Amino acid sequence: MVPVFFAYFAGVSVVAGILTVALRNPVHCGIALLALLGHIAGLFVLLHAEFLAAVQVIIYAGAILILYLFVLMLLNLKTEERYLHRRYAWYMIGAGAVAVELVLLLLTSGYTGIKGEATAEAVAKIGNSTAIGVLMFSDYLLPFEIVGVFLLGAIVGAIVLAKTPGRADLSGEER
Amino acid sequence: MVPISAYVAVSAILFLTGLVGVLVRRNFIIVLMSIEIMLNAANLNLVAFAHNMDSLAGQVVALFVIAIAAGEAAVGLAIIIVVFRGKIATNVDQINLLKW
Repeated sequence: MVPVFFAYFAGVSVVAGILTVALRNPVHCGIALLALLGHIAGLFVLLHAEFLAAVQVIIYAGAILILYLFVLMLLNLKTEERYLHRRYAWYMIGAGAVAVELVLLLLTSGYTGIKGEATAEAVAKIGNSTAIGVLMFSDYLLPFEIVGVFLLGAIVGAIVLAKTPGRADLSGEER
Repeated sequence: MVPISAYVAVSAILFLTGLVGVLVRRNFIIVLMSIEIMLNAANLNLVAFAHNMDSLAGQVVALFVIAIAAGEAAVGLAIIIVVFRGKIATNVDQINLLKW
């Protein structure tokens, strides 16, 4: 059953990714990106990363994509006739050949390495989110704190950048 | 049982799609969306290897990547709003004030 679900999720996410890049209307691109994010969440479930699948749906599909769609609606972009750079069109043939070669190499490689401690049974005993939480607040505490400071900086930066110029700022500019 | 190479191949195809989107599209917002595709491909790779190697470190790092993506989207969209409001440009190739 798992290979069937993998084929479905992988196929739809690749098609949705290509549609996101190729569609002309930006809102349609956003909807295709939503399909891509949802099917990547399905792939996470197949990989026994249930907590990450929930985070993917809630944060990516629920927050980030809505932000994109809000900005799209706010700006009221016109769909342009020329929506691609024509300059790169000829490079695409060579790039496609290199990409096929790369994917073939990746498919035929053997992936081995030192196995960790968190086997499926060990994680299932305490639950996926508990195991991630324990690891995040012990071994990965410093990156966690850094991400917190980073998000604060991003919030402050976004507010300062997108602030509507007040009356005082405008009159200051005119003088 | 799906081999890990299949996940890695899907991730590579998605990453290449995003890269093509960044290079080819002229619309600001689609370029940012293509960057999100690339970040998702990286996440898929991390989680696939975490599953393969019986380790949770990949999943934790994928969570951090999602947080970085949220910050990137917020700041990038704020910059886009400023550029549009100042009527500086409507496409990526029209922003060339900093070009030397």
